[in-house]
This record gives sequence, structure tokens and C-alpha cells, in this order.
Amino acid sequence: MNTEVGPVRVGDVLPPLEIEITRTLIVAGAIASRDYQDVHHDAELARQKGSPDIFMNILTTNGLVGRYITDRFGPRSVLRRVAIRLGAPNYPGDTMVLTGTVEAVDGDTATVRVVGANGIGRHVTGTVTVTVPGAAGAVGADGARVAQGAEGAEGIEGAEDAAVHEAAGSRP
Amino acid sequence: MSEREVPGGEGATALDEGGEYEDVFARAKAYEGQAAAVGGLGKDLVNEPMIRHWCEAMGDTNPAYVGADAIAPPTMLQAWTMGGLSGHAGRSEAYDELLGLLDDAGYTSVVATDCEQEYLRPLRPGDAITFDAVIESVSERKTTKLGTGYFVTTRMDVRVAGRPVGTHRFRILKYVPAGRRRSAPKAEGAGAVARTAGAARAAEIPREIAGTAGTAGTSRPKRPRPVVNRDNAGFWEGVSRHRLLIQRCDGCRTLRFPWLPGCNACGCPDWDTVEAGGEGTVYSYVVMHHPPFPAFDPPYAVGLIELAEGVRMISNVVGVQHDRVRIGMPVRLEFEQVDEELELPVFRAVERSGG
Repeated sequence: MNTEVGPVRVGDVLPPLEIEITRTLIVAGAIASRDYQDVHHDAELARQKGSPDIFMNILTTNGLVGRYITDRFGPRSVLRRVAIRLGAPNYPGDTMVLTGTVEAVDGDTATVRVVGANGIGRHVTGTVTVTVPGAAGAVGADGARVAQGAEGAEGIEGAEDAAVHEAAGSRP
Repeated sequence: MSEREVPGGEGATALDEGGEYEDVFARAKAYEGQAAAVGGLGKDLVNEPMIRHWCEAMGDTNPAYVGADAIAPPTMLQAWTMGGLSGHAGRSEAYDELLGLLDDAGYTSVVATDCEQEYLRPLRPGDAITFDAVIESVSERKTTKLGTGYFVTTRMDVRVAGRPVGTHRFRILKYVPAGRRRSAPKAEGAGAVARTAGAARAAEIPREIAGTAGTAGTSRPKRPRPVVNRDNAGFWEGVSRHRLLIQRCDGCRTLRFPWLPGCNACGCPDWDTVEAGGEGTVYSYVVMHHPPFPAFDPPYAVGLIELAEGVRMISNVVGVQHDRVRIGMPVRLEFEQVDEELELPVFRAVERSGG
């Protein structure tokens, strides 16, 4: 099977994305996703239910994972599937770092393993299937352009270049 | 048995409560296949303002989501189906009954654990969403870090003008919180400084997670200690001499493992031991991904090893990537010094030599 499309290769490691988990992000994400469960905006009620504080809802996590992938693969990339599992909650004041590794490539579609780690463990693990049209060349160009465009928003992105290539053949 | 829901391969389904458990499980299970939502209508058409608010919240600057030919972020799929403050439209009686049944049985807490979405076609402003959902599965009772409960999985089909645009599988855990330790809720803002793991630990984060965070600090958490008692002391004494000892019944010569005070075959209380040769095969295994426990570094494989002598034991499979462990794989015993006090028998994968 052809496991390569353009510069996307099995084993590619995507530049990380660091997200500050602010109270504002948690509340804005909950409201933007129409999720009015009190544990996502009311710290007092969250504590009454045994949580130390409000925490991020799953829809916001899902949105951030989707953003991470399309940021990295460019605006022409198309999300086909996002499957996530939640672990350690995202509480205000923490930082989540999203990382991704290309696990499979089939034609112009890649499967990326994503992990979002925060100060208390793994907040999210999952896989994203994304189609990157244009195959060779276009992927790298788009990816680079987006990374630059978002530079102002997330400090960590500016320092990163395109995906790091790991020799797929080196795996046993 | 699903690998992900079994912490360390232990205590998956407690049967101690016997009848009551069977009853709740059977009644909950009966809802599988029933509708969770019928003829649901999105409260709003897909629209630019909601897309923009979403992108602002997520910090998503993807140009595909703005302008004349904008699409909605695919991960908004569920958002278009949400009830908002005025509640859910189209939620079925069956789903409410199922949740009520679990509530009544004491499984009152709920947490979303999984979201799996497939996007078949992009959504654009003006699209009118409809959806139907089915209760796909109710798990056996599982013990997790949060507590004991049931995973309920629903699958939603989302349509526009009758055409499928996406599917949304959602899993929640309905559970009884694990022994809640009232460690004085650090008043205001305990979580606000949770960037230091210590603050999070002080709050009611399950101990195991907090323990993991502790690795960054002073001492790395240690693996759990074995409980050594008079029935199994001989086994651990053997381990200390790098001998894996199997009990053998004096009466009927049946081998048994793990160690027990009497023979399961004939009831005879007398026994001696046989030293295992160390050869075995993987009879079965699980791969532990989540939740993480202190001193363990998931993912890792927990194997049920069948020894050449015929008995089986649970142990770690080492020397092979977790995702390369296979049933039937030959393994050989070795002893691993886990820390200064603890040594454990583990099994190392043996390279097959040609055939």
C-alpha cells in the first residue's frame, strides 16, 4: 500500500499547540457549544458536585482538537472523523499541550493520533482522520502558511517549522 | 470486555452485589437498540454568528469558516443539536427512563467520556438540522477511577434535508462517585492555581490522577505492594529466590495458581510446590491505555500467561511494544526489580526463530 501522500508521512510529528486553560475559555467554549451544564460555568455548583472547580466540556475539547489539526494541515484540509476520549479534566489555570503523530496515510487521507496533556495527566487522547487535498507540495505550503498566520495567537507555534519527519521505515 | 474500561485489568465487573447488580444491568441492557431521540430539530439553522462565536472561543482562525463560501467547523456537529437553556427537543422517553433507572439505582453522577464524530458533508449557513439517536449499548458495570457505573453509548445520525451529513457517537459514564474524600475544598480558587499539580491534588481529583502528577515532584510513586499472607507467603518467598513456585495438591497432584489454601479439584488442604520452568505463552491480554495509575506508564500490556506447566497467571509482558503483543506469543519468565523493595515475575517476549 502506498503510505505516502506528498510530504505527509507515517511517523510525522506535528508541532505542539499550547492552550492556556482560562476560566474565560472554559465558559466561552461551553456557551459557544450551547452547553449550559452548571459544572462548566458555575464554580460553586461545580464544587457542590465534587469537582474542585469548573472544567472544560467535551465539545470544547473536540473543537480544540479539530482546530489543532486544521491549523497544522492548512485551510484546505478537511476533517473526516474526530474520535476523542477524555481523561484528566481541564481546570482553570492549567495548560494543555496538544501533540500529534501521523499514524497512517492512505491516498490523500491521514490518520493522526492526538494527545492533549495538562498538569494532572492526559486530558484527551484520540484520533483524527483528515483529508489533505492537492497531495504533494500543497500540504507543506498550506501548513506553513497557517502556522505563520496563527503565530500571533500562540507563542509556541511561531518557533516551529513544518512537521518533523521521522523515517517511517525505522519502525519495527 | 473492552480494554479501555478495565483499570489495570483488575476489578472490571464486581459481582459481589449479586442479584441487585444483575437486575439493574439486565434492565438497563434492555434499552439497547431503543431510540434516544426521534425527529430532533436543530434549534437554529446553521448560521454565521454561531460559527463566529465558536471560532472566537476556540481561537480558530481557519479561513474556511468565514466569507461567502464559509462552512461550519465540522466539530460543531453536536452543537447544532444541543437543547440549550430551554432543554432538549426530541429526546425519547426510553432514554430518560434509562437514565432514571440508573439514577434510582444510585448511579447519579454523569460524565462524558467519549465523542466520535464522522463528517460526511460540510454544513453551511442556512442548513436545517434534523437528528435521530439510538441507545447503542449499555456496558457491564465497570469500576473506574471516578467510581463504579455503567457506560451508556448513543449514536446520533444528523441530516440536512433528509441527507446524512454526519454521525455522532457519544459515551457517558453514569456512576457512583468513588469514596469521596472530603479534603476541605480549599475554598476559593483551588482549581485556579491548579497549574501547580499540588493544588489539583488537594481538591477532589481521584487519587490516582493526583499521584501521577506527583511524579514531577519529589519521589516517583511506587507500584502497589503485594499483600503477603500465610496462604501465599511461599510464593513470594520463591520470588525472592527467583523461583516461580506453583502449588501441587498432595491428594490429586493437580497444579494450582494463584496460591490457595486448598485444592479446587479435590479439596485436599495439603500441598507441595513445583518450580515453573519459565516457559509460557500469552493466553490472553489487555492493553491498558486509560486511566493512568501512579508508577504505571500507559499504554502497556497486561497478559494472562499460560505456563508450560498448564496454570495461568497475570503479569506484564515486556520486551515488546504493547501493540505487538499477540495471543499465542511465546514468553519466558524473568524477574524485574521494580524498586528497591519490590521484585516481580514478568514475562519477556521470545523471538520466534524461523519457525
